[in-house]
Amino acid sequence: MAEKILEVEDLKINFRTYNGKVQAIRDISFDLYKGETLAIVGESGSGKSVTTRSLMGLLAKNAEVEHGSIKFRGDEIIGKSEDQMQKLRGAEIAMIFQDPMTSLDPTMKIGQQIAEPLIKHKKMSKKEAWGKALEMMKLVGIPNAEAHINDYPHQFSGGMRQRIVIAIAMINRPEVLIADEPTTALDVTIQAQILDLMKKVQKEINSSIIFITHDLGVVAGMADRVAVMYAGQIIEIGTVDEVFNFPQHPYTWGLLNSMPTTETERGELEAIPGTPPDLLEPPVGDPFAARNKYALAIDEEQKPPFFQLSPTHFAATWLLDERAPEVVPPLEVQKRWARYQAAHPEADRKQAVAVDATAVLGTEDNN
Amino acid sequence: MIKYILKRLAIILLTLVLVISATFFLMKLMPGSPLANAERLSEAQRKLIEAQYGLDKPIFIQYVTYLWDALHFDFGVSFQFANQEVSTLIAQRMGPSAQLGIQALIFGVIAGIGLGSAAAVRRNTKTDTALSILAVLGISIPSFVFAALLQYWIGLKLGWLPIAGWKGFASTILPTIALGMSPLAVSARFIRTEMVDVLGSDYIELARAKGLSKREIIWKHAMRNSLIPLVTLIGPMAVNLMTGSIVIEQIFSIPGIGSQFVSSILTNDYQIIMGTTIVYAMMLMVVLLITDILYGLIDPRIRLAK
Repeated sequence: MAEKILEVEDLKINFRTYNGKVQAIRDISFDLYKGETLAIVGESGSGKSVTTRSLMGLLAKNAEVEHGSIKFRGDEIIGKSEDQMQKLRGAEIAMIFQDPMTSLDPTMKIGQQIAEPLIKHKKMSKKEAWGKALEMMKLVGIPNAEAHINDYPHQFSGGMRQRIVIAIAMINRPEVLIADEPTTALDVTIQAQILDLMKKVQKEINSSIIFITHDLGVVAGMADRVAVMYAGQIIEIGTVDEVFNFPQHPYTWGLLNSMPTTETERGELEAIPGTPPDLLEPPVGDPFAARNKYALAIDEEQKPPFFQLSPTHFAATWLLDERAPEVVPPLEVQKRWARYQAAHPEADRKQAVAVDATAVLGTEDNN
Repeated sequence: MIKYILKRLAIILLTLVLVISATFFLMKLMPGSPLANAERLSEAQRKLIEAQYGLDKPIFIQYVTYLWDALHFDFGVSFQFANQEVSTLIAQRMGPSAQLGIQALIFGVIAGIGLGSAAAVRRNTKTDTALSILAVLGISIPSFVFAALLQYWIGLKLGWLPIAGWKGFASTILPTIALGMSPLAVSARFIRTEMVDVLGSDYIELARAKGLSKREIIWKHAMRNSLIPLVTLIGPMAVNLMTGSIVIEQIFSIPGIGSQFVSSILTNDYQIIMGTTIVYAMMLMVVLLITDILYGLIDPRIRLAK
């Protein structure tokens, strides 16, 4: 069993606003193992970014952790002082941001920007740190790095800047790298390069990655496991194979169904109707019920528990309950199921059992 | 860079010619003359004096002569102080004015940066509100009101510093503060807005993610980026100080160019009025040139664009 790096248990985070408390994260649990990549997928406002900001201790001032725990290598992060968090940030947990055009300091040489975490955390001399920075620039594939170490961010293209941001994040060989939509702002051709680079650097440094995205296409090539978030909750989590090919939550169906694949022949892509619920007063039952054509009566009244389908696969939907009527998912999903069940004859929805929410934490990565 | 500076200097020269021409003709259009009050002069005496100062020649000749001399820093002879060269008079008086102006600018801008960034860091707290109110007061209250208040409270009531005069550094403190209030308030407000903007930017978030402390973030990343736009403000601020110092010099009876400017207006001493105006204009243009060069030094994006 791989070493567990991060464990988030029953975390709930609210934001105080003038209108009341926005419940951004509602009782989520997940874990992260050494060397694995966990993708967190969801639409805007589903709580992906808040989840990762809480890991960094970078939540806005009006955020409050109502309950829950975040353990980094067994050590509780919540309640740590700002000083203690600073020791962690940039050293053990690093982060890559969405827009490389704005995430570098325009008035500082990039050599210094890359070297800064070393000088701060490893107490290195400037010269030594710049030497390491140069090595890192080469690792992330900046051509002719020696000539560019004294350049400023505006002298680089978007793709090159994202490489620099990756170099900054990885310079201290962090245990966890949080990538918050790192390719959203880039051209498609550059996206692939950056993803390849992240995989290469991950292998080199053997860190774990939490990859936040709304792009399912990216997830398939990048991640080992996927957590699907909706309205501040994880509604389905499992290996990439399980979530992509044996999806159980109607929201996951909707996501997959709205993504073009090589088999999408003609006609229109299906969109999920409606908008996510207001998290000032989140619905009591399944938050997706209002947009869900497969919704059951109980979805309006009671929050579904996690149903476990395999040691790694969990989905929070009443459709997996033994009392639920037979359901026929969209055609695209049916095809995926058929393929999956051909490869995994043991897979059977009817065997799913309701488990405690924190049972997710027992999972192992499938590396 | 050198090419750029040479180009700017050429433009300055051209502007100077325009300023000299404008002031010259404006002076000629002014009612009254330096001799207007001397009714007791006989016709012959007046002719003699006019000839002495070249006032009998046609206006165009006077203009060309003045322009040529002015470009050589020769502003003629004062009407008010017999046989005294205007350029010498200005040079003598320049020292205190320049010192006061520079002191006020440095004090105002540095204190403004300090207060402004303190307010930005403590955004939406009582400190921030208090500093904002102070800044509005500083901008709206004219410097001579501060001057009077400082003279009364610190000079007279507390007796800590001299009320007026220009002897030693202690006597420069009150006028410096009075004159520096406006640049202080302007730069404090400006820096606060800039800093709040910068602190909300992605690269500050990245700096936080690097594990830098709040202090390191402010000093290493936020400060420089919020200072850049302030440099553009320093030019206009310097201008305000030049004109503002005229009043302050009167109030604190500082032997500066400002008080001389005022007295020469009262006595229709055209030569000094023109000379001072031209010197002011020139200083202003040099200040603007310096701020532009500074801008390039601080902001790498501009430096490389040239």
